[in-house]
Amino acid sequence: MNVAGLISTTVGTIFLFLGSLGVFRMPDVYNRLQAGTKCTTLGAFLTIVGVGLMHNDWLPKALVISVFILITNPVSNHALGRAARKVGVPLCKKSVVDKTEEFEQRKVRQ
Amino acid sequence: MSQGVDRSHEWVRGFAWLFGITFVVWLALVSSLAPPEVISGCIVALAISILGAHLYAGLGLPALTLKRAAFLLAYIGVLFWEIIKANLDVAYRVLHPRIPIRPGIVVIRTSLKSNVAKLILANSITLTPGTFTLDVVDDQLLIHWIYVGATDVEGATRLIGKRFEKYLKPIFG
Repeated sequence: MNVAGLISTTVGTIFLFLGSLGVFRMPDVYNRLQAGTKCTTLGAFLTIVGVGLMHNDWLPKALVISVFILITNPVSNHALGRAARKVGVPLCKKSVVDKTEEFEQRKVRQ
Repeated sequence: MSQGVDRSHEWVRGFAWLFGITFVVWLALVSSLAPPEVISGCIVALAISILGAHLYAGLGLPALTLKRAAFLLAYIGVLFWEIIKANLDVAYRVLHPRIPIRPGIVVIRTSLKSNVAKLILANSITLTPGTFTLDVVDDQLLIHWIYVGATDVEGATRLIGKRFEKYLKPIFG
């Protein structure tokens, strides 16, 4: 149990590190959100469950907390991305397609 | 008359679900079965479910059948696998010296009707490799894609939405 917990926590920390590295390296808000949320979901999940595995009496608590993170993380990601889009943060130069105009027009028509 | 019966039935169903969920979460958080913990948890769960049962009915969730439960389990399995893939995918893009991204914003269409189903679909898309949902209006979702594979609505829908809709449709349809 202890070893499993250690492995889980270590892998989780690596993912958290990669997530923060992604926030640093990616070119614009949207790609940073991709790196920031994807890696923190699994990173936080594995870290918290790992702690639960090392201290068995914390395991139920750890599971409940990680399920909450799994549910709320995409919501916050969505809120940040939508806010950036509304404020008009531009896409980076590498971007190949932007269908927002079409989407907004359709919304106005209705 | 029959509508009133139907509504009270909905209320009881919402009450039972809310009570069960809040009580189990409480037990997991205190992780003990000592009488004071159980009794106080019971009282709070009762209060929450009496106050919130009508909100549950407003969600319009379908009744849980064996078939729906099976699809739900399969869906959770698929979702977990996709989350792991998403993390490895982002890790690869972050560590690659040239950062292999081809980002863009595309629109996909969904055939799901209920709001809860659309919410779950949007959240699942956010958790899966390289895509996250920016906005939902009616049957269309605005999606940021880190490596665009198809710019037209049909192609993007096939690549992004279909793998989840396959499971969500039998659950909510």
